[in-house]
Amino acid sequence: MRHIISILMENESGALSRVAGLFSARGYNIESLTVAPTEDASLSRMTLVTSGSDRVVEQITKQLNKLIDVVKLIDLVENEHIEREISLIKVRATGSGRDEITRLVEVFRARILDVTDTSYTIELTGSYGKIDAFLKAVPNDSIIEVVRSGVLGIARGEKGLRL
Amino acid sequence: MELSGADILVKALADEGVEFLFGYPGGAALHIYDALYRQDKVKHILARHEQGAGHAADGFARSSGKPGVVLVTSGPGVTNVVTPVATAHMDSIPMVIITAQVSSHLIGDDAFQEVDSIGITRPCVKHNFLVKDVRDLATTIKKAFYVATSGRPGPVVIDIPKDITADKAEYIYPKSINMRSYQPVIEGHPGQIRKAIQVLLSAKRPVIYSGGGIIASNCSDKLRELVRLLGYPCTNTLMGLGAYPATDPLFIGMLGMHGTYEANLTMHECDVMLCLGARFDDRVTGDTNKFSPYAKIIHVDIDPSSISKTISVDIPVVGSVDVILDEMIRQIKKSDRKPDTEALQKWWVQIDGWRKIDCMAYDRNSEIIKPQFVIEKLYEVTQGDAFVSSDVGQHQMFAAQHYKFDKPRRWINSGGLGTMGFGLPAAMGVQFAHPDATVACVTGEGSIQMCLQELSTCKQYDLPLTIVNLNNRYLGMVRQWQEFFYDRRYSNSYMDALPDLVKLAEGYGHIGIKIEEPSDVEGALKEALSDKSRLYFLDFITDQTENVYPMIGAGKGHHEMHLSPRSAGGDEERELA
Repeated sequence: MRHIISILMENESGALSRVAGLFSARGYNIESLTVAPTEDASLSRMTLVTSGSDRVVEQITKQLNKLIDVVKLIDLVENEHIEREISLIKVRATGSGRDEITRLVEVFRARILDVTDTSYTIELTGSYGKIDAFLKAVPNDSIIEVVRSGVLGIARGEKGLRL
Repeated sequence: MELSGADILVKALADEGVEFLFGYPGGAALHIYDALYRQDKVKHILARHEQGAGHAADGFARSSGKPGVVLVTSGPGVTNVVTPVATAHMDSIPMVIITAQVSSHLIGDDAFQEVDSIGITRPCVKHNFLVKDVRDLATTIKKAFYVATSGRPGPVVIDIPKDITADKAEYIYPKSINMRSYQPVIEGHPGQIRKAIQVLLSAKRPVIYSGGGIIASNCSDKLRELVRLLGYPCTNTLMGLGAYPATDPLFIGMLGMHGTYEANLTMHECDVMLCLGARFDDRVTGDTNKFSPYAKIIHVDIDPSSISKTISVDIPVVGSVDVILDEMIRQIKKSDRKPDTEALQKWWVQIDGWRKIDCMAYDRNSEIIKPQFVIEKLYEVTQGDAFVSSDVGQHQMFAAQHYKFDKPRRWINSGGLGTMGFGLPAAMGVQFAHPDATVACVTGEGSIQMCLQELSTCKQYDLPLTIVNLNNRYLGMVRQWQEFFYDRRYSNSYMDALPDLVKLAEGYGHIGIKIEEPSDVEGALKEALSDKSRLYFLDFITDQTENVYPMIGAGKGHHEMHLSPRSAGGDEERELA
């Protein structure tokens, strides 16, 4: 099962390598990982998407908690949550294909950021699944480049992951 | 007054109560070595190799309970100390390792003697710090000692660039430290403890399986109290030997791959298992699918990630085993429910039946020296009261099986990482921690050559160790596996071209004795152990064909032991299924 683990870490150099190293050393799988500072400059927030059996994911959260720099973490999937990912997608767009892409952009509520005679660059925000769906809908041979941010997540409701 | 980073470091070590600093100098560490020269509180012990320094600090820590402290230079100093750091990490030994680094402005330039020390050590430390500003140095040292010695202990590396050791700052050493990201759980959950007691007191076939956690948290007296209160059988892991006295009738021996028949069968047949400060290591469990099929398992451990990692447990209790044992003993004493004495009696009859197999029997009439015989004699001559370090291999298992440790912190070995070369430098550290104690290093001709250079350190500091070299001219454990599992193809397990170890010992300024007759074993040991002024290297020429029994092979369960041909009922090697 897929899990989204949100981590608050001390904003120290090497924090990212501790997490990445833990995953490679123990053979855990990372689907995506995003990291950036928070409103509190001493902390950085990491969102990590992983998958595995309940037992493996339990070990992952325990091992992450064991890292000295990890202050707090939650598995967002355990409760109601929102997830978003931003993607930038460059597609080949010529002739009648241009209209088709524009239609898809409307359907998915994406935006076109850059236009050339032969291509569009599209920004699409949504859940992981929505971006996958868009990429499936676009004719495969027209995709030039896909850049995805990795998943960001936050719990629903007024409670927040903070100190 | 402002002090240099080097002076701050040395002063902080003194304020932390560090008596010995095991190390080896080099370019990036020179300011620190100069600061050491200008004071006399922290004694620096010069090893002959950074690996020796690291294991010596480790032996110091294991035998004293205080953190072991190491100082090495950058680059190769760091790479050489990685093995001791990993050794300490696997066995949860508190150490603080100070690694000098090239100057800040050179970091990342592939400078002379530069390695990414933080990166290299990251997977085998509890934590590591790179000091970027001299004003952070004192606090970082405090944090390092706090992290290394609290919770589940472990090694902590502090990497200090050379310029930081020259920069100046006010010296203020914090009295205590609080880290928001690191708050080890100490108290056990009361509900879990209550549940554990209920299950424990309902047992018909109980076992108490305890490990190095008991030793780390200095509570072997409480383990003794609990075991005796309940009258349950107790087994120790390799790391836990001495936590429960080996000569006590409730002790059923070590468990695991080379554990006793009775301990392993007790584990297999038990209906309730209380695991205290042990981690269900693969050498303990054998095949996890066959592990203790009838047991309800209670697991007490300070590290939540140890719980249900390899074996799913029924009642986890996270916290310090010391504090939790206190609470368990208190609750058992006031409980109306008492252990089921009738069931327990039957259980002990069964266990005593297994004991009769005499699983560690060997040929006592052999004309060639048997390694087990040497260990038994060592036990007798030292009256069971020595500190015994070991290297890794057959001799380690023979020592673990045949030296009956009654006290904690007496058995010093590399359990988790299995580091050959550990024994001699670790014994040095033990002798520094206990200058008047008898310290023996049980080793083999393979292991001893991995850190042999430390004989020179022993000379410099007059360490009267007794080295018990079980010399079978083979890498014995490798040879044993090749005999059992590789159709006797002894690939690279024969140590050809061995040096004359007696002459080598003499060359280092020690006394060397070669012993070839069983009748000379006791005399040699007595001679060596009665002389507290010299190091004796006893080179025992032992039987080349001896194997360690019992043995649980790969993929086997506790009930599928390979028994010695000498054990009762087994005139041939046999497997019990």
